[in-house]
Amino acid sequence: MLTTHAASGVFSVTWLIIAIPLASAAVLILGGRRTDRWGHLLGVAAPLASFVLGLVEFATLVGKPEVERSIDNHVFGWTIVEGFHADIGLQVDALSISFVLLITGVGSLIHIYSIGYMAHDPKRRLFFGYFNLFVAAMLLLVLGDNYLALYIGWEGVGLASYLLIGFWSYKPSAATAAKKAFVVNRVGDFGLSVAIMVMFATFGTFSFTGVFSAVHGADPATLNAIGLLLLLGACGKSAQVPLQSWLLDAMEGPTPVSALIHAATMVTAGVYLVARSAPIFDLAPTAQLAVTVVGAVTLLFGAIIGCAKDDIKKALAASTMSQIGYMILAVGLGPAGYAFGIAHLLTHGFFKAGLFLGAGSVMHATKDEVDMRRFGGLAKPMPLTFATFGLAYLAIIGFPGLSGWFTKDAIIDAAYHKGGTSGFVLGSAALIGAGITAFYMSRVVFMTFLGRPRWEADVHPHESPKVMTWPMILLAVGSIGAGYVLMLGGRFANFLAPVVGHSEEPSVQPASTAGLVTLAAMVVGVGIAALMYLRRPVPAVAPAGSFATVAARRDLYGDAFNESVFMRPGQYLTRLLVFFDNRVVDGAVNGIAAFFGGFSGRLRYVQTGFVRSYALSMLGGVAILVAALLMVRG
Amino acid sequence: MSPMFYLYLSAVLFTLGAVGVLLRRNAIVVFMCIELMLNAANLALVTFSRINGNLDGQIIAFFVMVVAAAEVVVGLAVIVAVFRTRRSASVDDVNLLKY
Amino acid sequence: MPWLTVLGVIPLVGTAVIAALPRERPVWAKWTALATTVVVLALTCVIAARFDVHGPRFQFTEDVSWIPAFGIHYALGVDGVAVVLLLLTAVLWPVVILASWHECEQTRRSVKTYLGLFVSMETVLIGTFVSTDLFLFYALFETMLIPMYFIIGSSGTPRASYAAMKFLLYSLAGGLLMLAAVIALYVVGPKSFLYSDLQNLHLPTADARWLFLGFFAAFAVKAPLWPLHTWLPDAVAEGPVGGSVLLVGVLDKVGTFGFLRYCLGLFPEAAHWFTPVVLVLAVIAVLYGALQAIGQRDLLRLMAYVSVSHFGLITLGVFAFTSQGQAGATLYMVNHGFSTGALLLIIGFLIARRGTRGIHDFGGVQQVAPILAGVFLLASLSGLALPGLNTFVSEFLVLVGTFTRYEVAAGFATAGIILASIYMLVMYQRTMTGPVRPHVEHVRDLSLRERVVIAPMVAVIVALGFYPGPILDIIKPGVAATLQQTHDTDPQPAVQPAAVAPSGGSS
Repeated sequence: MLTTHAASGVFSVTWLIIAIPLASAAVLILGGRRTDRWGHLLGVAAPLASFVLGLVEFATLVGKPEVERSIDNHVFGWTIVEGFHADIGLQVDALSISFVLLITGVGSLIHIYSIGYMAHDPKRRLFFGYFNLFVAAMLLLVLGDNYLALYIGWEGVGLASYLLIGFWSYKPSAATAAKKAFVVNRVGDFGLSVAIMVMFATFGTFSFTGVFSAVHGADPATLNAIGLLLLLGACGKSAQVPLQSWLLDAMEGPTPVSALIHAATMVTAGVYLVARSAPIFDLAPTAQLAVTVVGAVTLLFGAIIGCAKDDIKKALAASTMSQIGYMILAVGLGPAGYAFGIAHLLTHGFFKAGLFLGAGSVMHATKDEVDMRRFGGLAKPMPLTFATFGLAYLAIIGFPGLSGWFTKDAIIDAAYHKGGTSGFVLGSAALIGAGITAFYMSRVVFMTFLGRPRWEADVHPHESPKVMTWPMILLAVGSIGAGYVLMLGGRFANFLAPVVGHSEEPSVQPASTAGLVTLAAMVVGVGIAALMYLRRPVPAVAPAGSFATVAARRDLYGDAFNESVFMRPGQYLTRLLVFFDNRVVDGAVNGIAAFFGGFSGRLRYVQTGFVRSYALSMLGGVAILVAALLMVRG
Repeated sequence: MSPMFYLYLSAVLFTLGAVGVLLRRNAIVVFMCIELMLNAANLALVTFSRINGNLDGQIIAFFVMVVAAAEVVVGLAVIVAVFRTRRSASVDDVNLLKY
Repeated sequence: MPWLTVLGVIPLVGTAVIAALPRERPVWAKWTALATTVVVLALTCVIAARFDVHGPRFQFTEDVSWIPAFGIHYALGVDGVAVVLLLLTAVLWPVVILASWHECEQTRRSVKTYLGLFVSMETVLIGTFVSTDLFLFYALFETMLIPMYFIIGSSGTPRASYAAMKFLLYSLAGGLLMLAAVIALYVVGPKSFLYSDLQNLHLPTADARWLFLGFFAAFAVKAPLWPLHTWLPDAVAEGPVGGSVLLVGVLDKVGTFGFLRYCLGLFPEAAHWFTPVVLVLAVIAVLYGALQAIGQRDLLRLMAYVSVSHFGLITLGVFAFTSQGQAGATLYMVNHGFSTGALLLIIGFLIARRGTRGIHDFGGVQQVAPILAGVFLLASLSGLALPGLNTFVSEFLVLVGTFTRYEVAAGFATAGIILASIYMLVMYQRTMTGPVRPHVEHVRDLSLRERVVIAPMVAVIVALGFYPGPILDIIKPGVAATLQQTHDTDPQPAVQPAAVAPSGGSS
């Protein structure tokens, strides 16, 4: 087990990585209109500064011997009550610094892009304030050295996601989508918080080092329970089945939000959670199996939905869901898959952000049109967007030599290497998923950029300004190069090994049997898409479609299921309970009051007003008293 | 003569007064019957004083007389006031204070 | 210096001054009321600062024999729990007075009567928190009903009279059971009402259980615990908003404070014996209150049911018998006062602008009054216990503290966080987002006075979210003393970490 070292040098200012965007967010949110003029510049400078700091730390970390590559930076803490310490520390190690670089690096690019994309929005500085808030929370999530800090960041990114999905909350659909995202995430948070409670009850601590050093003494049932609860949390944040339904709706937010939060970073937090909890999952085989099943199911689920969506952002969102399914599948495989899952997460960060920014660029050029049936032939007026989008597309479908090819093939390979029936099923699912990915991504590219123009007469597509194209170019470079940097010679796996453990598997061989079959599946997928969307003209109105198409268009009935199983019965339940409270509980109270009121109402008629009847009752009373006295004393 | 006879007389007077209060409607008569009951009580008190050979009963009898005098003053004034407004001295007509 | 007596007398003096002011000058009454409560706040801060967390449990004690024949003392003193509740009281009162600046002219009572009721009630509340003599506590506990009864009924509508009467009858019924228990405790106990004399009594088991029930009934009505809660929605909805803030913010805390101080402190064995029942009621309250809140169409009734849910959590923490649970519950009492108080105040601003409390009459406020909407969102997020805001710390402590001993109860209660996000965000969505509804377009943003009212609440919500340490330090010794009374220790973790971590969160 890796020991943690106290921070010194550049690592003692790790807190600045979080504090800078947080301070910037506070200035932009509280500053009001005063910050309108320079707000976006501050908003971009903050993540850039964090990125530079992260790079310096990364360089220092790589320069250290392997055993010293985990630095803990204690920020503050107090003993809340005896035996319950809330120590918030920041832990820099291979895993967290990889995330820091992804979040601040890709994050900065998307921030820069947003300057152009949000240029005409009157609340642009508020947008940057929320964006910075997100970056700060996400950094806390990955840098925290205990589950409590992770949870705080976890909820923080949820809040930022809520605010940004609902950024245009005057649209009821955006407000509803924001609420839905938060509520569904809360179901996952329920799992995470109960998991933390189980940890505290079992180990008496929340810290990664404390929990991980004690896992060997815990019984497997407890560890499985913790693992499954963590998985529930991961499902919520990463939009995995069965908590997948919010991600497609979340596309109501501005496109940079979809790129940063709902593609590159926040939705991958579930993958981070599982990878970070590797010591727990390694001893919890049932939970691990559940993780792989969730991953495999989701990667097919997302891929199928992606095939039927005409909304370019929703097609990309379904693809995100599917790609995260790959990552979850990978980290569920144990030490064999952690490095591949995280590597795919990083490369996905580049090419998916590139795809979303490309989609944003297209929308920017076509008056915020998202229906791909109204695009077509956009390659000519928007060559740069087409080029960058195309490279990212080649990366995601696993075109040999590009980054997605390295990481996705590695995952499929690792799944087959798991062995047994489960390994075969999981590997085949991933393989089929790769074929479908090639199909639906080709469909997106063909419908958007190739073929005949189908846009409206008053739309004049044009290339986006430089402030938007440069981030896209840099992300495209990342989509090409990240695979070489990470995967050749198992470099990344070795870098991560101190955190997640060594893999016994040899480093990935691009020419393996599974790799060749995957390549074939990809070619078939692209070919079918070409037949359907290049050879034939694309109708402007979606055809009725088969049963499968309709099901995929309706998100495989995920929303219908939630609505009929949770929402409607829930509404009936609350109505019934309100009725119950008003009539039964309150009715009982009012009933008692009414009983005494009625009884007293009868009783008062004894007061007739006739003096002589009062006198008679007095006489009677005296007689009874005397009789009683005589009986008792006599 | 045994003091017990005074007690019997007192009991008879008290009963007469009580019956009068219960049966008669004229406020003046009711009033007189109450006086009768008070005086029956006085007679009993004085008799007890005699039987026990101390003065306690007689002292209480004086208190009762004072209270009765005060009561006559207030009571008659009330009756007169009621008679002036209602033209009747029947206690059954004064029944507004009910329910 | 008899700090606590002075603290309690200041509002009384203020009330007397307000009573002597001429009726034609309502502004004088307003400023007097505000000044009085601000002085109380300042003095309370001094007391909190001078409170020695390492000192004896009760500090600033005063003890004068009052009615020697019955062993009744005028005895005051504060422990950590009482100090933080005093702080809550002292902060909320001036805020509410300032928030009622115009509202107090729209009741059927004169301004000086209305404000006099408010200010006099502060004396009673301070008294209930600082008295260490059971008789004195009981007397003040019942006196509290008088000003609150008149405040709830001050709008004069039949519904308001009904709500005020319901509040009074409910509270009296509980209070009488407690009176019986107080007298019985005197009879079977050491013929004294001093709290210090009543601890560690060796009462017969059955007697102690009956006495516990008597006290529990009074506090369960006050706190309101399911199913004794139905007076709260009526009282909150029909009373003036300022009164409702004090009602759920402070008055109801006397109930949960009573659980901790009297039910657990005096009858530890009986408290343990009844724990399963209380936990079930508390979990029902958490979920039932939340579901009710989701189904409400009236903003104020919604907040009342939210409070029922939160009081369930507080009760859960108190009866978990762990230091985390009870410290969390005490902190929750403070946090709930601020987060629900802030929400009620903002709802009050909304009602003042729009003249209705129906959720569906609002919509799109965010576009016409962004600051109001922003503050409302912050308070709502605090209400759903978002990390970084005050309620999270307390809610998490309560749930963790409960989980270490009663896993199932804590698990069910944790499901409440899902429901919390639904009722808070649905309320926010319906009132603040979407297109601007008719009549909403004239809603003004917060005025300067309203910003002054809401600023301290927001400051506390954020400050206690990031750093609740100072408050927790005050609470800890009080909770530790309670756990000593009940002879409880925290459950130990099943597995000890193999190696001691060099830094970071370790146990």
